[in-house]
Amino acid sequence: MRRFSLFNATSLTFGFAFLYLPMVILIIYSFNASQLVTVWAGFSTRWYGELLRDQEFLDAAWVTLRVAVFSSTIATVLGTMAATVIVRAGRFKGRTLFSGMIYAPLVMPEVITGLSLLLLFIGIGLDRGILTVVLAHTTFSMCYVSVVVSSRLATFDTALEEAALDLGCSPFEAFRLVTLPIIAPAVISGWLLAFTLSLDDLVIASFTTGPSATTLPIKIFSAVRLGVSPQINALSTILIAFVAVGVIAASLATKRAAVRADKDARAAERAAG
Amino acid sequence: MRRFALIAVPYLWLLALFLVPFLIVLKISLSDITLSIPPYSPKLDLSAGWAGFVEFIRALDFENYVFLTQDDLYWKAYLSSLWIAFVSTLITLAVGYPIAYGMARAAPEWRPTLLMLVILPFWTSFLIRVYAWMGILANEGLLNQTLLALGIIDSPLQILNTTAAVQIGIVYTYLPFMILPIYATLEKMDESLLEAAEDLGCSRLSAFWLVTFPLSRGGIIAGCFLVFIPAIGEFVIPSLLGGSDTLMIGKVLWEEFFSNRDWPVASAVAIILLAILIIPIVLFQRNEQKEREAGT
Repeated sequence: MRRFSLFNATSLTFGFAFLYLPMVILIIYSFNASQLVTVWAGFSTRWYGELLRDQEFLDAAWVTLRVAVFSSTIATVLGTMAATVIVRAGRFKGRTLFSGMIYAPLVMPEVITGLSLLLLFIGIGLDRGILTVVLAHTTFSMCYVSVVVSSRLATFDTALEEAALDLGCSPFEAFRLVTLPIIAPAVISGWLLAFTLSLDDLVIASFTTGPSATTLPIKIFSAVRLGVSPQINALSTILIAFVAVGVIAASLATKRAAVRADKDARAAERAAG
Repeated sequence: MRRFALIAVPYLWLLALFLVPFLIVLKISLSDITLSIPPYSPKLDLSAGWAGFVEFIRALDFENYVFLTQDDLYWKAYLSSLWIAFVSTLITLAVGYPIAYGMARAAPEWRPTLLMLVILPFWTSFLIRVYAWMGILANEGLLNQTLLALGIIDSPLQILNTTAAVQIGIVYTYLPFMILPIYATLEKMDESLLEAAEDLGCSRLSAFWLVTFPLSRGGIIAGCFLVFIPAIGEFVIPSLLGGSDTLMIGKVLWEEFFSNRDWPVASAVAIILLAILIIPIVLFQRNEQKEREAGT
């Protein structure tokens, strides 16, 4: 094992300080009593109170949450199907176009995705609102889901599925009883990824939404365009806390699952030996 | 039958909501702006049959593209987007490499935690991470206050609303994309190669330059593309941190569409942006393929 040098320690310290300090500062200033965001005037939770009484923000949060739940769920189903097609379906007509359409949205600038979908919705005369944002978010997040799921599917031993088929399962049963439990962690992380992408999206939502469905990022963006606002600091703190708790809980859960699987494997080994 | 449905559902979804919209952009980029709803012509009139289609095709032209080459706002915006993305990518590499290197050298039991600390900001709202810098970089912001208090500067520096602020924003938000692929290559590197280099008389520094750095090339290239490609079309960062003189093409497209309501020109801007992006995307794919082949 090579020595962990002073240089390594310094670069990690500065690196993580750079990554986290801006957010820490934002959180600290969300508890600032002053209206002036750069002057510290004592501890206060005033901005949280104002935020929770602001109906527009609450409405926007509700719109965002609904869009994220619907779009990430549809995207997970479509993305898992697409991953199965890419890994398992073999050759079929139009395969190149299909994989092209899966990967292209990942590198497409958001402004272009947003513009093109808006022009489609106008072209077919679909009223812009929650539905159009859900359609837009589903389309780009299903591609992320399919990348996550297909990397898991690619390492999956097809013999297990074949055994299930030999034992009399229908192909759908074999998928539900054998494949799905094994790829479940990838499907869940695909869903989480789609959910956060949707929560986070400003550009595509701005293009595809109508006046009836303002999402939280759109609301934040229009509020901060002119400068820093203490209410947005409070809102950011709530969102950061939400994500941090979620990610830490998820990583602890997977760690525990790994430990349990390890224990099971050892127990099985002992039983066999 | 079941296989057919499995392929058809995602296929049709992507055709309808990815490929068709893209073709519409292409078509509108060849149309002319008009004062109508929707604000462009020609419109395809299917009721006129084949003759209507021929007339529709005849009315398309490359006028908007010619316009883009004549007005220097556009090509300046393309060039400056590429330049800002390029400089930011190099800075991100300079900041990210030592972090990835430190992570790979840390004790194995620490690595999952460090990895999570790099990924965590990625899950946090992009918009909020950019916004966080507005309070820091402002004239009366925390950075200027600190520098003034320390006596390093006499008057506040104008950082917010400049190109430098945009670059800071790009480096900050895209840093995890640089760290992760570099860390991945460094982590699986064979340590005995370094020992061999040192046994053969290399100093630690030259062992790094001659062994570690070349071996992490794949990760460096991947990381650079992962920062460079999305940075070119960036909208949020230039509009929150940049000033009126910071030209970036994503912002130009947005304004062309929402402020000027010129859909044909906005579409032409989008098509050229894609044409520019194809080069780095193809190079990136090639690098990924090479890495995969080397890995197996």
